[in-house]
Amino acid sequence: MNKLISIEAAADLIHDGMTVMCGGFLGVGTPEKIIDALIQKNVKDITLICNDTAFPDKGTGKLVVNHQLKKAIVSHIGTNPETGKQMMEQELIVELVPQGSLAERIRCGGVGLGAVLTRTGIGTDIQKDKPVLHIDGTEYLLETALHADVAIIFASVCDEKGNLIYDGATRNFNPLMAMAADIVIVEAERIVPVGTLNHNEIVTPHIVVDYIVKGA
Amino acid sequence: MHAKEIIASRIAKEIKDGDVVNLGIGLPTMVASYIPADIDVTLHSENGFLGLERSANKEEINPVIVNAGGQPVTIKPGAVFFDSAMSFGIVRGGHVDITVLGGLQVDQYGNLANYMVPGKMVPGMGGAMDLVSGAKKVIVAMTHTTKGEPKILENCNLPLTGKGVVTLIVTELAVFEVEEGRLVLTEVHKDSSVEEVLSLTAAKVRVADHVGVF
Repeated sequence: MNKLISIEAAADLIHDGMTVMCGGFLGVGTPEKIIDALIQKNVKDITLICNDTAFPDKGTGKLVVNHQLKKAIVSHIGTNPETGKQMMEQELIVELVPQGSLAERIRCGGVGLGAVLTRTGIGTDIQKDKPVLHIDGTEYLLETALHADVAIIFASVCDEKGNLIYDGATRNFNPLMAMAADIVIVEAERIVPVGTLNHNEIVTPHIVVDYIVKGA
Repeated sequence: MHAKEIIASRIAKEIKDGDVVNLGIGLPTMVASYIPADIDVTLHSENGFLGLERSANKEEINPVIVNAGGQPVTIKPGAVFFDSAMSFGIVRGGHVDITVLGGLQVDQYGNLANYMVPGKMVPGMGGAMDLVSGAKKVIVAMTHTTKGEPKILENCNLPLTGKGVVTLIVTELAVFEVEEGRLVLTEVHKDSSVEEVLSLTAAKVRVADHVGVF
């Protein structure tokens, strides 16, 4: 099965109104080429699940500037003034999620769990409308799983089967999102033949990767 | 020394050999430069690694090695990278000894507000809510007042980052511990006084029997 597709073919898999997970932390480990293709195609009304909205000229921040998001489920928007502006003008819905809870909700979505119990957010506005469970005398907040139509992720090295290795701090949410979407598209900096990666160093197994795009 | 340097250097004294420490962006990051060279401290960076060393200078910049603020940093031998679930598993699982964060407001119950000012500024909590609920010791690093107005209050009126989570407050004027609905003033800066600190603090404070000087 040949998973390698063109950047245009990757963009054709993503439609208006879809829920899209995007890897990266302030744009580090974000598939920039796929983001640029989404801007080119001008996909609208996206619900974005990402750690943050990066910067106006970097990562998912570019989608905000181009008014392509309907909703952002993120932990942080402070580095992109445009996100705050669109939120204040009620053009964009922002659901702020504590970063660890966001990671865990995505992990749940990818590993067949319905929700996770966490102490994070107890006694804060995050608790609003969420069930609180008492377990062995401790209060926990129930945070539900997140799942997406498409995950666009970034890897440093990918073999032709789709096995992925990440370099440094680019890993962040990428391996979690690779598990949690119907369609997973990886933008790989380097693509190598099957059998050349060290089996013990592969982080994301190939079976969850549907398509591969050559990165810059 | 400027206020921020006073705060950062005082907080560094809380860090012991072997500690795992997370330093927030901004003022807390400055603490790293005051950690004594003869103790072994592991810095956690919530974007996914342990073993952060310091800010990278121009020749050392590697685009995949950045801190949680996106700034290029260097790593120590033995550093380790992981995904965000592991990163926060380390935080919530009680594997971080000390977290140092900035604050907009702190109150006498150990409540911390530092992620938004409704209608004005909404940066988001990032990893702060997880850090304050998971780290063994939560140190707030902040200037004592903003435009002369106290930031240490009876009750925070901004949305909370964490409820009853703060262990220690360090400002350029004073050090407070949190104790059952009140703060204990344990140290004052050498250029300040107990009277000045109390006049600029809007919380219920018990002055320790022996107030240290820093």
